[in-house]
Amino acid sequence: MTGGGDRSARADAAQRPALEVLDLSVRYGARQAIAGCTFHVPRGSIAGILGPNGSGKTTLLKACLGLLPAESGSALFGGQAISSCRRDVAYMPQRESVDWDFPISALDVVSMGAHVRTGWLGLRARAARRIALHEMSKLGIAELASRPVGALSGGQQQRVFLARALAQGASTYVMDEPLASVDAASAQVVIDALREMRHAGRTVIMVHHDLEMARGLFDWGVLLAGRVVSAGPIGDVMSESNLRAAYGGRLVMVGASTAAGAEHVGS
Amino acid sequence: MSEADAAWIGDPHALRVIATTALLGASSGAIGTMLTLRSRALVGDAVGHSTLPGLAGASLAGIALGGTGRELWLLMPGATVGACMGIACVHALQRVLRMSADAAMAVTLGTLFGLGVALLSVVQQAPGGHQAGLDGLLVGRAATLVTSDLLACAALAAMTLALFAICGRDLRALAFDEPFARMVGRPVPALSALVSAVVVCAIVAGTHAVGLVLVVALLVMPATAARMLSDRYTTVVAASAALGALGAAAGTVASATLPGLATGPLIVIACAGILAVSVAVRHSRGTRRSVS
Repeated sequence: MTGGGDRSARADAAQRPALEVLDLSVRYGARQAIAGCTFHVPRGSIAGILGPNGSGKTTLLKACLGLLPAESGSALFGGQAISSCRRDVAYMPQRESVDWDFPISALDVVSMGAHVRTGWLGLRARAARRIALHEMSKLGIAELASRPVGALSGGQQQRVFLARALAQGASTYVMDEPLASVDAASAQVVIDALREMRHAGRTVIMVHHDLEMARGLFDWGVLLAGRVVSAGPIGDVMSESNLRAAYGGRLVMVGASTAAGAEHVGS
Repeated sequence: MSEADAAWIGDPHALRVIATTALLGASSGAIGTMLTLRSRALVGDAVGHSTLPGLAGASLAGIALGGTGRELWLLMPGATVGACMGIACVHALQRVLRMSADAAMAVTLGTLFGLGVALLSVVQQAPGGHQAGLDGLLVGRAATLVTSDLLACAALAAMTLALFAICGRDLRALAFDEPFARMVGRPVPALSALVSAVVVCAIVAGTHAVGLVLVVALLVMPATAARMLSDRYTTVVAASAALGALGAAAGTVASATLPGLATGPLIVIACAGILAVSVAVRHSRGTRRSVS
């Protein structure tokens, strides 16, 4: 329906799903990375983007966020294009996407997220630091605030990234493998934080490769294999026939543990 | 006999020359952190060498206009055009042809420097073409820096300082995590263009003092040394500016004292010494950080 005026348009936006993807396709040169992806993610859910390696999970996220050009299709966050709601969508990239040897403290990384709220000229630097420290203490890394990020363990770095996303105060959080190569303690902290976010009515959309813990972690799923194999409540998505369609013969490898790849702990 | 052949430390101009190279060193040091921290140090080398075809082309234009081919008012815009060509070339090779960053920089450096050397031989054969005017730009001839150079380097330093003072947080976010900066709506293309503009200005100014072959050292070595000394971005940038100024001034003083030695190489050697000391300091502190 159109022509309802501003008010109903706003009401409409509030009721729109956190993410609606329509016929999204991405091509890298000659290779079709993802084709005709259509699905939605309801508000207040923890949604997992699942699928085998190379199924286009990261590509899908980046195309939704406008970080990769889409060949066709669209992605709307709460009914809006990403360009008009950047402050309301926080992105947590894969940990490997940055050089952790960069000369910056954990607090300064998290403060970057807070600057989205307080402004970038530093007029409210103290407010930004307060927001950052608050998020860090929720994730148990407040005591690491002054450490250079290069001196942190992988799990601690991942928590720094999560704290930066939280400090933005967005309503939708898009995360790429937040549980990858994280020690068990950090993984639990992250999972608790995700549940806390859902409790606060926020939406989490994350790429995840570990099917074993998917059922317990997510309430919504999007199963990818270059296209959307299935999307909906996690129980429906993870039916045997769907998983077989996405993973084929590789289904036997389900069960890679998140505790694998525990990182060195800086001291 | 060129000016570099005699000691000139006693000249009344010596102080002006030292101030000029120190300002250049400070600016190059500060903006150089934006290259080293993003693993794009070789951009400085590619762009530095790219100034040669611009310089040679400008010299040819000068000769064609009936001049000596050494007019600075032609050479400096020529160098700027060459440097911009270099940046555009690296960018195009990476974005359009999807080359890796190091290949794009190497291809740019080789192609444009080769073109420049070819043009240089044309300049030498041209009637009235003086090679001497241009080979000073290869290794620097600080002794000939004049008041307008001092003003140009002061303007460069002011521009660099303003950039970091106003956009410091943005530059840090851009250097650490560019996709994040884009995601949260920061003006990344404009910021990148500003950084590139300052890099180009520093390189063009550097061709005069240090020479286009070695100008990359003034961008990269102070920044690398500063990184050894601190884990804080702001401190790294400030220390890099200070070390760049120190290295440039020390090299210039050495060049002014030792007869017959060009300034550029001595500045680079001074910067290498500073880098060595910084590495020693880092190791003596026994930090846990691994340099990767």
